Amino acid sequence: MLFLQLFIFSLVQHLYATMLSEGGSFIKGVVLGGLFCLVVSLLSSFSSVTESNTDDHHHHHVKAASKDELKHFSDGQLLELNNRIQVYCIIMVQPKNLVYWATTLDTWSKHCDKPVFYTSEASKALEAIDLNEKDDWSRLRKALTHAYKNAGDLRWFFLAQPTTFAIIENLKYLVLTKDPEEPFYLGRAVKSGELEYVEYDGGIVLSYEALKRLVQVFQDEEKCPEKGRALWKLSEDKQLAVCLKYTGVFAENGEDTNGKGLFNTKSVDSLIQDSMRDNPTDVVEGCCSDLAVTFNGMSPNQMQVMMFGVYRLRPYGHDFHDLLTFYPPEGSDND
Amino acid sequence: MRKVRNMSTWIFTMGMVTGFLSLHLLFSSMVSVEKVNNSVQGIKPGTGHQDPPAGERDNKTGNDTRILCWIMTGPKNLETRTKHVKETWAKRCDKVLFMSSVKTDFPTVELNVSEGRDNLYWKTIRALQYIHQHHLDEADWFLKADDDTFVVLENLHHILSRHDPEKPFYLGRRFMPFIRQGYMSGGAGYVLSKEALRRFVKGFSTGECTHFSSIEDMALGKCLETMKVEPADSRDEHGRQTFHPYPPDYYIVRQPSRPRPWYLIYDHYAPVEGPGCCSDFVISFHYIYAVQQYVLEYLTYHLRPYGYKYRFKPDEKAQVNKTENINLL
Repeated sequence: MLFLQLFIFSLVQHLYATMLSEGGSFIKGVVLGGLFCLVVSLLSSFSSVTESNTDDHHHHHVKAASKDELKHFSDGQLLELNNRIQVYCIIMVQPKNLVYWATTLDTWSKHCDKPVFYTSEASKALEAIDLNEKDDWSRLRKALTHAYKNAGDLRWFFLAQPTTFAIIENLKYLVLTKDPEEPFYLGRAVKSGELEYVEYDGGIVLSYEALKRLVQVFQDEEKCPEKGRALWKLSEDKQLAVCLKYTGVFAENGEDTNGKGLFNTKSVDSLIQDSMRDNPTDVVEGCCSDLAVTFNGMSPNQMQVMMFGVYRLRPYGHDFHDLLTFYPPEGSDND
Repeated sequence: MRKVRNMSTWIFTMGMVTGFLSLHLLFSSMVSVEKVNNSVQGIKPGTGHQDPPAGERDNKTGNDTRILCWIMTGPKNLETRTKHVKETWAKRCDKVLFMSSVKTDFPTVELNVSEGRDNLYWKTIRALQYIHQHHLDEADWFLKADDDTFVVLENLHHILSRHDPEKPFYLGRRFMPFIRQGYMSGGAGYVLSKEALRRFVKGFSTGECTHFSSIEDMALGKCLETMKVEPADSRDEHGRQTFHPYPPDYYIVRQPSRPRPWYLIYDHYAPVEGPGCCSDFVISFHYIYAVQQYVLEYLTYHLRPYGYKYRFKPDEKAQVNKTENINLL
């Protein structure tokens, strides 16, 4: 398709060429041909027929640092990064989801430096910040704004629902060498038509800069209206992507050093089942990353088993020489 | 005049084509370098650490803890269950034998016993006799498992390293009823020392042990009691269980304080419900089918929190003394 366009342009250009003078005509030809190529390339990069594989200058993948890359840091620098990286967890709960709310409270959220639960309405059983808002998108905006205002020194934000299970240590490893003053918007990135967005179910990571821009664009009723303008309602994760896009922030897929996705919108069981179908001779290797950050769709009991499976169950004698150190949280007995 | 005109047009066109093509080549080579870089990184195989092969295990476990795994199975389970055991934990046994009623290229060993719950003890007797006859010198410990058991061999090695295989011991999930010294749950898997295996086989050859019941684990426990084989405590330094006759969710999920549920009734040591149920260095779970075999393999050997300093570090400082709690019903 592209070559056809170019060929046509070349022919047209040839016709004009006959009008130009002979002296230095070769040079003129080169220059004109080169200019034409530039124009055509620019045009094609704006067209909607772009192969989505060719990256814009906004890269679509964010990979965790490899061991080799980390070795370039001194011990002191690594320690500094290790200690400085802190995650504010924004957990959106509702009383109708009480069991998941309680399970998240008792499991993975304990590993957030600041776990904050935001609810649609108050519950007698559990405490949370009551946003008193039934509309999902409005509630999300309020929660994100609140988190930004109360960030303190924290520079990384993890947005999730209590039906997601997250391993915060692996999240920290992913963003370890990334600058939170740069806009990062990470997770399981998927495309819907022209819009690339991060799926809510897999958890959404925002750097301080991304959240700052987001909170600012919330003020803009044109670009990021509080009540959706369309006749149909966009899901919150798509809505988020649209607003962020206006501020120049684009969704990126979080991956390990081998390119395996770290954010999952399915449960471990489900992913293993897929792998049994797709890689029957190499089920576990072909499944999920060793340093996965999220899973979704597990029952509350399965989430308790995950705490054991992730933070305790292991074979004696297998030691890893990790370059970072994270300690178990105080006052917890299931990790 | 016309000739010169055509010449210069021709030159001009050549120039244009040259200019166009060179710039186009330049752009596409830049894009393809990026693509090649991305795909090269993607091709690299997983960096998940490699399990040390059985022969090169940690010296801590000593060199007299070779484990022979014998797995009770049958023709109809090979594809649906045993295959997945073979793909996962069975690889870590120093020697593995799949015991069945039919010989196949799986490979399975043919014991002259038909399938079925009533024949379970016969199958066990024949299996142990077979191992004693053909494989006694190939291992120091002999682990029985089912085709729906999941075992973490490294953790079994760790526990066995404190015992002498020439002494008459056996380990597993200790149950208390029926037998004075108790017996080990069949479902959770049990391990016999070499001496224990010798004594069991001897018991049947002298008639001290007989097939008095088809309840395999209890009957085996009776024979071992007769032959003076001692049940050892398989719990960890904090008194937490390592062998489990049911899947993890039966134990780990927090429960309000309550009387023992039916699946914990037989336990010899007072069972704990919730996170304190189970050791970090779990040895077995039971009723683990197909998908769950791989799930547990993934959770045990692959998925981990980077940089996490585990709470339970048995190699550091003094051990907590565990107390025996023998509960009478």
